[in-house]
Amino acid sequence: MCADKKLPKTIEDIEVVVHETDFLIIGAGNAGCFAAIEAKRKNPDLKVTLLEKAHIDRSGCLAAGMDAINTYLKKGKTIEDFIKWSRSQAGGLLREDLAIKVAENLNKPVEEWEEWGLPIKKDEDTEEYANRGKWDITIQGESMKPIIAEKVREYGCEVLNRVVATNYLTKDGRVVGAMGFGVRNGKMYVVKAKATCIATGGAAGLYKPYTNDGSGSHHQLWYCPFNTGAGYAMGIRAGAEMTTFEMRWCATRTKDFNGPIDTISVGYGTPMINAKGEKILQKRYADMGGDAAPRFIRANAPMEEWMEGRGPCFVDTREMSDEDIKQMKTDYLNERPSYVLFLAARGQDLKKEPIEIYGNDPYIVGGHTASGYWLNSEDWSTTIPGLFACGDVAGGVPNKFVGGCAAEGLLAARGAVEYIAKLEDEIEIDESQIEAEKERVYAPLFRMINEGEGIKPKEMEERMQRLMDEYAGGVHQFFRMNEEQLQYALKHIKILQDQVKYLVANDLHELMSAHEVIDRLDVAEVLIYHLMYRKETRWPGWQTRTDYPEKNDQEFDCFVNSRKNPETGKIEVYTREYKQIVPGDRLKPN
Amino acid sequence: MPPKINLTKCDGCKAEEEPLCEQVCPGDLMTLNEDGKAMCRDAGDCWDCMCCTKICPQGAIETRLPYQLGYYPAKLIPRVGTNKIMWTCVDINGKVERFVVKTRND
Repeated sequence: MCADKKLPKTIEDIEVVVHETDFLIIGAGNAGCFAAIEAKRKNPDLKVTLLEKAHIDRSGCLAAGMDAINTYLKKGKTIEDFIKWSRSQAGGLLREDLAIKVAENLNKPVEEWEEWGLPIKKDEDTEEYANRGKWDITIQGESMKPIIAEKVREYGCEVLNRVVATNYLTKDGRVVGAMGFGVRNGKMYVVKAKATCIATGGAAGLYKPYTNDGSGSHHQLWYCPFNTGAGYAMGIRAGAEMTTFEMRWCATRTKDFNGPIDTISVGYGTPMINAKGEKILQKRYADMGGDAAPRFIRANAPMEEWMEGRGPCFVDTREMSDEDIKQMKTDYLNERPSYVLFLAARGQDLKKEPIEIYGNDPYIVGGHTASGYWLNSEDWSTTIPGLFACGDVAGGVPNKFVGGCAAEGLLAARGAVEYIAKLEDEIEIDESQIEAEKERVYAPLFRMINEGEGIKPKEMEERMQRLMDEYAGGVHQFFRMNEEQLQYALKHIKILQDQVKYLVANDLHELMSAHEVIDRLDVAEVLIYHLMYRKETRWPGWQTRTDYPEKNDQEFDCFVNSRKNPETGKIEVYTREYKQIVPGDRLKPN
Repeated sequence: MPPKINLTKCDGCKAEEEPLCEQVCPGDLMTLNEDGKAMCRDAGDCWDCMCCTKICPQGAIETRLPYQLGYYPAKLIPRVGTNKIMWTCVDINGKVERFVVKTRND
């Protein structure tokens, strides 16, 4: 193994591998796998290639497994019901045109997954999937990623594992593939494609997690810490239009473990209580719907209690039956097994001691909130021709979760396959962009060889995370921010971007880490612009402006979008109008 | 979250082109040390997904929690079958719990 990892010493040592394909998918997680399978079903003659930075069997959000599908349209539920619910949960802001199409496709991938081997619990009387909540079903998804990976191979898709995508290939304003490097072999990969779909997931690690105390808990995160915003960053650098970055995903999580909470609170109906034993949602948020209050209210409620001096907060497991506690732990073993270890390491008896909860470090993740590429609802194309997007990296559709991200894989593939069918010209690549990217990508390795010192990726990552945490509304600041803090954060993000030239990497793994921090700086910059633009507080917790504490519908009942102009390097921020399709009060679920 | 390697049990997956833990780690954290035994490059970068622990054919990897999060010595050990995993959990007071999780339809 060590022999394979011989590092290139000079730029001339770098071997460039060129692949040609019809449809390139970047990121072989849930959304990317469904896109690959759907493209093959639509046209089996197409060559479909997946670029994956880890290994398709265990990559992305589903690496450890999953215990529920939170968006399944059960018997009697309509698409309109779903849109109304999702819209109200998101504070009235979502792309209805996109969300309707996602809803139309929610069930198919789940049912297929079951057919391919995923165990899903059935209600014994009705034979329908067993309920967990209004839109939720319980699955036994420990192996759902290996199951779908097998299908991708069966359909004859090409999978390039352990290749880190770094930038798109472009030609006359069109995306014609992507470039990257092999984290195992050090080779540069150039994949020319007729159509490209980005499916790299969201961005973790922009903010400092409270578990990061320098003793081995750096990645104790709810969201997959290996999703580092590469797809957003590549789009930003190529001039793609992005939407709603300011709608950050800050949620209630299990304290210290920083893990999923719906398993307990939704799955077993346990109430959220404060240190005084008061039921928080019923007592303080009755006017917002109590237990059915919008997601951002529920997400922020425990932190508000802490702020007011009523923490710690809990989900009260003390009334659960022994059978339910056992079943709940079994559910966790399907999704985050180490949470069961955590409870054991606390010696915690859930009949006596409830589970503590707290907020997480903010993530940018389009599967939960609406941050990501601005899409055309006709075909899931982005604003750059030849580029499609699906899953957490795609914007506009909050609350899509695993099922919705899979549905978007289907939708993006259909769009891409039609686009490919209409193409006439052959792709010609301007070689100079490959040379420029080669120099950019390998610079941290050569700086280490030539200069022997510089900034380590982890040093820069920690500086960025503390900066964002303290000045751009992190968990230590109870998600609050003002204009002056954001200006400060922006100033220092720009300094860090300028310092990227000093990054050093000792090996290929560190080279990947270097690009993960470079990408996150580009995402953080755009995020700050979005947070500064929305001079109001629309979603307390997700986006709390202490200097503009009220909602301002006159100015901001719309989408905030941005585009980094590739010619000037300036980030342009502007609004896009809200288009309501499903009638009714947008803040009410029915 | 450090995976702890039992160096006696680990054989470096000699028969494989790449050790299985290295193959599956979503964070590219597992590799072999100079003695050909598994190692985690950076314990703090581990997500505790337990993919390495579950796939190790020798049962040589144990997922341990950092002490900042959980006390010593709790254990969670998977025994992976074709369509199920049998989990054994021992808490810090020695209490043992067993779980069977179905992973694939029969």
